[in-house]
Amino acid sequence: MIRDPDFSELAQRSGEWLRGTGPESDIVISSRIRLARNLADFPFIRRCSDEDRISIERSVRAKMDSLEDWKDIRYIDIEQLSEIDRQFLVERQLISREIADADGSRAVAVDPREQYSVMINEEDHLRIQVMCSGLDLKAAWERVDELDDKLEGSILYAFHPQFGYLTACPTNVGTGLRVSVMLHLPGLVITRQIEKVFRSMQRINVTVRGLYGEGSQYTGDFYQVSNQITLGHREEDLVSLVGEDVVPRIIEYERKARDFLIKQGKQDLHDDVSRALGILSTAKKISSEETMHYLSKVRMGVNLGLIDDLPVGTINKLFIHTQPAHLQKLQGRLLGSSDRNVERATYLQRHLSGSCGDADLN
Amino acid sequence: MKCQYCEKPATFHITELTEPTGPQVMHLCEEHARGFLQKEASSPAASIAGALAKQLNLGQTKQELAELDQKECPVCGISFFEFRNTGRLGCPYDYTHFSSDLIPLLTSIHDAVEHTGKRPCRAAAADSQAQMIQLRREMEEAVEKEDYERASEIRDQLQIIEQSGGSDETQQEDQA
Repeated sequence: MIRDPDFSELAQRSGEWLRGTGPESDIVISSRIRLARNLADFPFIRRCSDEDRISIERSVRAKMDSLEDWKDIRYIDIEQLSEIDRQFLVERQLISREIADADGSRAVAVDPREQYSVMINEEDHLRIQVMCSGLDLKAAWERVDELDDKLEGSILYAFHPQFGYLTACPTNVGTGLRVSVMLHLPGLVITRQIEKVFRSMQRINVTVRGLYGEGSQYTGDFYQVSNQITLGHREEDLVSLVGEDVVPRIIEYERKARDFLIKQGKQDLHDDVSRALGILSTAKKISSEETMHYLSKVRMGVNLGLIDDLPVGTINKLFIHTQPAHLQKLQGRLLGSSDRNVERATYLQRHLSGSCGDADLN
Repeated sequence: MKCQYCEKPATFHITELTEPTGPQVMHLCEEHARGFLQKEASSPAASIAGALAKQLNLGQTKQELAELDQKECPVCGISFFEFRNTGRLGCPYDYTHFSSDLIPLLTSIHDAVEHTGKRPCRAAAADSQAQMIQLRREMEEAVEKEDYERASEIRDQLQIIEQSGGSDETQQEDQA
């Protein structure tokens, strides 16, 4: 039996950032901003004793409990979780792989809509994170800034007049701010322009990473764009570098690529997308990579109007809910890889059976 | 095709686009791909190593490097060697103690050495931060020795420093 049955209820829902309704949500999955902060009166995590970690966790928890408007948060003691529950939170992007695999006292506080998450005792004492659906970095920045202000009211942060907010790793020092936008770029991948586009981004202090790739090196359709530097610029400038200078340009290229694909062979594209939907909704066994590969095609099909009656939020949700820990939570029991493939196919069938991909071609 | 790190079939083919040497293709099994992507997402140690290598190639002699490696923070005890190896500092005071050694590194990573963004409304001076970390360690030791009187004295001291955290230069600047 899996411990902490409460997560099985959480598994039925999905976070606010997956709803697929924010600005540019046909291409931008989510916007995320995190702030790295450390307490002034403790060493950084690597040099903390077990007692230090416990003291940090308790003290931050007490301070968060006393925050107004923060009464309905869920405070999760990661140390006490089973491995599958940790994996579940990683898949949901509420915690990092690093904190899931770490030792000692550590926790995460999450609001019911899963917009806010505060990790305690990650690489830094605090990692304050806000996620929004679509391209909405301004809202994300305002929210994370406000929460940071509230926490700062009762927590004395490690700060240096010259170097700013002090972090365990010098790549985060200064603002401690990392802006990350997750993009779905199948058009640029199919038209083989993705590397060209990203090479042109390299000179302007942003990092681009392919998130998932399956089948061949050209079919990884999810990319994350983040600021590379954290020191020497105001937070607002780093937010606008990613949100106003870089991401809109990539969106424009992706739209052009999609237009090109439609003009070049709408019937071929429609066929490809419909076959993907066909496999997802009828397969009896399907791996996680194959699912991701076909869901990516279907997602583009929905956004191009080639598939009717399938909200993009549903597809976003399926990307997360078909991952190993989610499937097992939804089933309420542990499953081996082969059983998961069967269960994944059943789950997909149940959620996609009403969609047959026969949008009017005209 | 097999995974680069084990015998399992490579089902993930990741193209790293931000390598300075140009795009790099990796062929990994699901498990190694997950590890790689999640590690990459949260750990910029690679860029630290790169920046440090660049910095250390510039004009430092072997002897200077060896001396620097042995330098230790008086508060947390971390050596520069340890920092170089892990890419992680040991405590906030390292930024003061290793300040001149970190500046070339920060320039290389951020192309800047001066924070221009948000400032907390309360912040303790570097010395008080160091003092607090040391006092906390003494308090833990006192508790271990069951010297609760001493531990409670230290706790009071800590509270006083923490409460006076607002009286440092940051706030003075704000008030000026």
